[in-house]
Amino acid sequence: MIREAIDGENPDRLYTVTAGRSRADENAFDLVTLIVSESEPAPGMQSELAAILRMCRTPTALVEIASELRLPVSVVKILLCDLHDTGRVSARHPSSAAVKTPLPRPEILKQVLVGLKKL
Amino acid sequence: MDSRSSELAGGQLGGGQLLSPAPPRASLPLADSITDALKIVIVGGFGVGKTTMVRAVSEIRPLSTEETMTGAGIGIDDTGGVREKNTTTVAFDFGRITLNERMVLYLFGAPGQERFWFLWDRLFAGTLGAVVLVDTRRVADSWYAIDRLEHHGMPFIVARNNFGEPEHTLPQLRDALSLSDDIPLVDCDARQRSSSKSVLISLVNHLYTLSTAQETSP
Ligand SMILES: Nc1nc2c(ncn2[C@@H]2O[C@H](COP(=O)(O)OP(=O)(O)OP(=O)(O)O)[C@@H](O)[C@H]2O)c(=O)[nH]1
Ligand SMILES: [Mg+2]
Repeated sequence: MIREAIDGENPDRLYTVTAGRSRADENAFDLVTLIVSESEPAPGMQSELAAILRMCRTPTALVEIASELRLPVSVVKILLCDLHDTGRVSARHPSSAAVKTPLPRPEILKQVLVGLKKL
Repeated sequence: MDSRSSELAGGQLGGGQLLSPAPPRASLPLADSITDALKIVIVGGFGVGKTTMVRAVSEIRPLSTEETMTGAGIGIDDTGGVREKNTTTVAFDFGRITLNERMVLYLFGAPGQERFWFLWDRLFAGTLGAVVLVDTRRVADSWYAIDRLEHHGMPFIVARNNFGEPEHTLPQLRDALSLSDDIPLVDCDARQRSSSKSVLISLVNHLYTLSTAQETSP
């Protein structure tokens, strides 16, 4: 359903949304980086940017923003770079993104187990 | 925690109503105290039950999104034209489980087909581990995923989603998958919350074993 929406999307819209910006720093944001608004939408602000600022009044993962706005993840990364560079949002990066070892630490896994068992 | 089951609109939350109205949210917002998000990926062939498993354990209804990429970027070039060649779109869905006041776990359901895998590094780097879901009527569908996970050094377990009485024993399935003995292989019914929950617990137990072994070895 969403696939059709985006595949069938007029490419002009994606170009407009990103205002011609074509690259985001690939490493800046993870799928699950939590974004938090640091300011309110300004009058006349691009509607996608304003929507992000409203959504992120509570921490919101990048992938949830993409889903909600029905935009590809990479387009959302570009929008977030802009908001982040200008201090309008802050980012809570996942601790796992900093670790280059393939395995998470046992203490983290213990907490995951406790959380899952409560389900 | 107790608000988890109720659908909340973003606008009802902290301060939102005093400012401009928040857009309607499809899902329950995370608590302000959450600082760390973790990932687990459920991978498998077409129709094997990935979305069903995400739905069974998620605190929000499964959401979906997609990534569109070309080799060079996102399909938009500097002159404002759109490259038509080499554009790959991968759709995936996800849900989440709040683990405690600080941590949230995201579950991704991702297709196991070949064309998807070149995006794996970009999308799923930092993932704790993976569950390979197998439909025994189409075992061959999961060979490729298992192969690639091994190649990527991503720890995983295999779960057989039973659509009926299984025709084979788990050791027979282990053989058919050429799965080494140290990789857990479990049965499940992806529709059942308790069953999907125990699949995730099996995965995390497996990760724990690997992780403690790694810490104690020099
Ligand atoms: N009988 C039975 N049906 C199941 C089970 N798990 C999933 N199904 C059904 O199988 C169908 C496919 O399940 P999905 O969860 O959509 O599978 P998927 O892997 O997400 O599929 P794609 O995203 O299309 O690749 C749905 O109609 C489910 O209700 C199961 O354990 N038993
Ligand atoms: Mg699905």
